[in-house]
Amino acid sequence: MSSEFFFQSITQLAAALEGKTLSSIELTRAVVARTKAVEGRVHAFNSVDEPDALAQAAESDARRAAGQARGPLDGIPIGLKDVIAVAGQPLTASSKMLANFVSPYDATVTAKLKNAGAVLWGRLNCDEFAMGSSTENSAFGPTHNPWDLTRVPGGSSGGSAAALAAGEVLAALGSDTGGSIRQPAALCGVVGLKPTYGLVSRYGLIAFASSLDQIGPFARTVEDAAIVLGAIAGHDERDSTSFKTEIPDYRAELKKRTGPWRLGIPKEYFADGLDPEIGAAVEQAIAFYKKLGCEIKEVSLPHTRYCLDTYYVIATAEASSNLARYDGIRYGHRSKNATDIVDLYFQSRAEGFGAEVKRRIILGTYVLSSGYYDAYYLRAQKVRTLIRNDFLAAFREVDALITPTSPMPAFKIGEKADPLALYLCDIYTIGVNLAGLPGINVPCGFTKSGLPIGAQIIGQPFRESELLAVAQAYEQAHDWKTKMPSL
Amino acid sequence: MSQSADLNIDHVAHLARLALTPEEKATFAQQLGDVLHHIEQLETVDVTGVEPTAHAAPVFNVWADDVVQAGLPVELALKNAPSQRDHMVVVPKVVE
Repeated sequence: MSSEFFFQSITQLAAALEGKTLSSIELTRAVVARTKAVEGRVHAFNSVDEPDALAQAAESDARRAAGQARGPLDGIPIGLKDVIAVAGQPLTASSKMLANFVSPYDATVTAKLKNAGAVLWGRLNCDEFAMGSSTENSAFGPTHNPWDLTRVPGGSSGGSAAALAAGEVLAALGSDTGGSIRQPAALCGVVGLKPTYGLVSRYGLIAFASSLDQIGPFARTVEDAAIVLGAIAGHDERDSTSFKTEIPDYRAELKKRTGPWRLGIPKEYFADGLDPEIGAAVEQAIAFYKKLGCEIKEVSLPHTRYCLDTYYVIATAEASSNLARYDGIRYGHRSKNATDIVDLYFQSRAEGFGAEVKRRIILGTYVLSSGYYDAYYLRAQKVRTLIRNDFLAAFREVDALITPTSPMPAFKIGEKADPLALYLCDIYTIGVNLAGLPGINVPCGFTKSGLPIGAQIIGQPFRESELLAVAQAYEQAHDWKTKMPSL
Repeated sequence: MSQSADLNIDHVAHLARLALTPEEKATFAQQLGDVLHHIEQLETVDVTGVEPTAHAAPVFNVWADDVVQAGLPVELALKNAPSQRDHMVVVPKVVE
């Protein structure tokens, strides 16, 4: 087997672990060594705990030796975005506010990964409180794109995408509120899946916008993403929006679903502002599906132009409410400069939050404030209904939609200083969150300058099996996934 | 929604219990003015008779059985408190 374990798929490594040609300790050591070798340049992690990871790997090997291995994730190092709680480990949301916070409990997804035997490796960098599209908003410094270290990895789950692309983890979890899994997956050339709202429990995820947030996997292959999704999905009493639905064996379902499918091309997603190289690559992916025998149909999502505005009203409103809990009292940063208890709130929040978080709290507080609630927040919730209805109408005619994931490839660190310019990175991904749909990024090529390009496939609610199968049909006929960044 | 011009940043920052520097106020007022200007196009959508969507999950009225369950132990719940004493969080004096 190649010494570069860290660039292999979970599927390959699980077979090696099962065949006992590889141990979890060897694999975890290789991943730790790789992390040490490249992390100085990539900065994907906020923290790592090597003894803890090696102890988990030793337990996995002991289970396997005793004939009690727990499936394909047992012994596989997986990273978690630093907004997902792991008991006894730091949880910072890449914010000064939580710089010294240690999780008192496991998120549901964390407990599920532990039950599956995964080796949890590191806390991955992101935009502060998951607010951003470039990971430049981290209080602990930006993450660098492994394909070009002068560029952003996307965001907000940029650390998750970059760590995977750089071989520092074999899969990762991120969270996606407006594209925060799919967009960095596109910019880093990996698979990234945002599940249907309600499929994966949000218990133990630091809340940004609760009606939009969803945890999902980053993986090298669609099959790997299916494996991780199967491990983390399912109803959870501790998340009242989690949905009671049977969780299929996503990996087994992949083999059963071979198409052809009816695929919709939303014309609004190929309009002005799309980078021509990305447009051409996605058109080629569509041509591939046509050759495969799929019916390709142009569809219209007429309210697409209102997605961005609807999102920035709803997401900031929910954020301003969710982030009210950071008051310097029970946990988090407490100011030493306050004169009384009320001033303690003002100063702790001023000192603990970064600029983008403050901006969004202000905007969210404004749209919820007396006299503006109906005009902004209520109206946005109504437009959200229209946006969701557009998608549901399209799904009466087609099985899935294909679009670009990001209008642009990875941009230079520091290039987009204006918040509005940065918000436009999410124009193709936020509709999916507003409508609560599943969406996946599939790598579909490179620009002339060598930057990854991704296509987004959007599926119907709770039909991840179909979505993954559509994605895999393309993936298996192309070899983009065999290309790795040289670091 | 032409009210965006009257985004009173002092008032909103007070509601959000967020102390802002004069520089932050000036920058945010300008940047959020741009964002609000963009958001104004929502005004052009006909939402007559449209129900609002709070979230897209097909779940309503989730009930839990009324049984006592163990919560976080006090030590763990207080582990991240900036200041604590006798199983309580210490805060500046709030009553005279």
